[in-house]
Amino acid sequence: MKKNISIMILALLVTATAFGQNYVTKTGHIKFYSETPIETIEAHNYSVNSAINPVSGDFVFKVLVKSFEFEKALMQEHFNENYMESDKYPNAVFKGKIANVADIDFAKDGTYDAVVKGDLSIHGVTKAVEEKGTFTVKDGKIQGRSVFNVPLEDYEIKVPGAVKKQISESIEISVDVMLEEVQNP
Amino acid sequence: MIKRCLILCLAVFFAATAQVFSQDDLMDLFGEEEPKTEFAYASFKSTRICIGQSIENPPNGNLIFVVSHHFGTINQGFYEFFGLDQATTRIGFEYGINDWIAIGIGRSTLKKTFDGFAKIKILRQSSGARNMPVSVSYFGSTAINSLKWQDPDRQNYFTSRMSYAHQILIARKFSNALTFQLMPTLIHRNLVERDVDENDVFSIGAGGRVKISNRVSINAEYYYLIPGQTADDYYNTFTIGFDIETGGHIFQLFATNGRGAIEEYYIPQSSGSWLNGDIHIGFNITRSFTVKQPRRKP
Repeated sequence: MKKNISIMILALLVTATAFGQNYVTKTGHIKFYSETPIETIEAHNYSVNSAINPVSGDFVFKVLVKSFEFEKALMQEHFNENYMESDKYPNAVFKGKIANVADIDFAKDGTYDAVVKGDLSIHGVTKAVEEKGTFTVKDGKIQGRSVFNVPLEDYEIKVPGAVKKQISESIEISVDVMLEEVQNP
Repeated sequence: MIKRCLILCLAVFFAATAQVFSQDDLMDLFGEEEPKTEFAYASFKSTRICIGQSIENPPNGNLIFVVSHHFGTINQGFYEFFGLDQATTRIGFEYGINDWIAIGIGRSTLKKTFDGFAKIKILRQSSGARNMPVSVSYFGSTAINSLKWQDPDRQNYFTSRMSYAHQILIARKFSNALTFQLMPTLIHRNLVERDVDENDVFSIGAGGRVKISNRVSINAEYYYLIPGQTADDYYNTFTIGFDIETGGHIFQLFATNGRGAIEEYYIPQSSGSWLNGDIHIGFNITRSFTVKQPRRKP
């Protein structure tokens, strides 16, 4: 009985200490890339929020949709106004976990392959996703990188017939975040 | 045994909730978003409501090519194919020099007129760190008609060809779908046709748009002439139409009792009235080109 309680307390303590050493960034980079024979559309967001807990493997993103910068002002306007409806859905959010967190030694420099699973919310629609990426640990920083595709249809982003040939049905998203350790109070 | 099970369950439960919390805790690390100043954008789809100027400028570094077409009045019946046989056209270019200033030039077939304008943003509607309820712009235009002198033997001055428009555009985007705009206007003509005609004509315009889908909006504008000789002799100009946006093009179709595509003409000399069926069908086709790339972060 006593033993059980102590296990429980220990479990709680472990999870509690796990909060201690999170890594975070507010200046991560996400690239948006759509290519069709007619038009290539590229946009960059340099103010991506991301945080990671190397012990539990929790991994989150929060992206202000309006911060995407396009080459053409009109594209940016249409992106916010017609497709992403950024006034209604200001943020894109990912909440998930590194599935193979046990294989990654965040204390040791090196590059590790990772599988990240979780829920991606874009345009008010939440979908379970699983993507591959890499983590590079160097000088106490964690760099997370991944390239994956987001089908517009999955997130109910409708493209009218007139511009169907200009916009790819599946958008390539490249994520590059450099996370630094935070001291939790 | 049961107790043990219970405790184990509890432990699992705690562990599970801890996990859920920890993702949200991670989210908390991002902190409160610093209040930024968010400027209203896309108050109108085009730089024109229908014929008249909207609060929108061509974006920085963007060149806009506008073709405006105004047909004859529909009450001319089938012989003139409801006005479609006659048309006046304006071809124009507009360019956004920076985020605040745009310039433009144009040529109208009506009175063989050249025009040049500047549109300068004075205030921008914003929320967040800095609150500004309305956007305000100044629009100034000069028009030069290049018709042959009616009486070449008379002493003719070049300045007689010139007329000017000054407008203050005050707009508020109330919601994604609704924008309202006021435009106090002064038109000055250096030379008028008759003695009684006014050189200076004041008008108050009001206009707006309602979006009916992400790509289509209904727009209307009304220019009220301040009582005077011009108001006695001419009609107020009312225009209603809609915008259809398709990628890089904006197509605007409208009906109006105004003539011509520039302020100097369509505000002070609308000789036709809606009630008499002096309605011109017209359209603008707008194409936007990115000439200068906006600066990009590393």
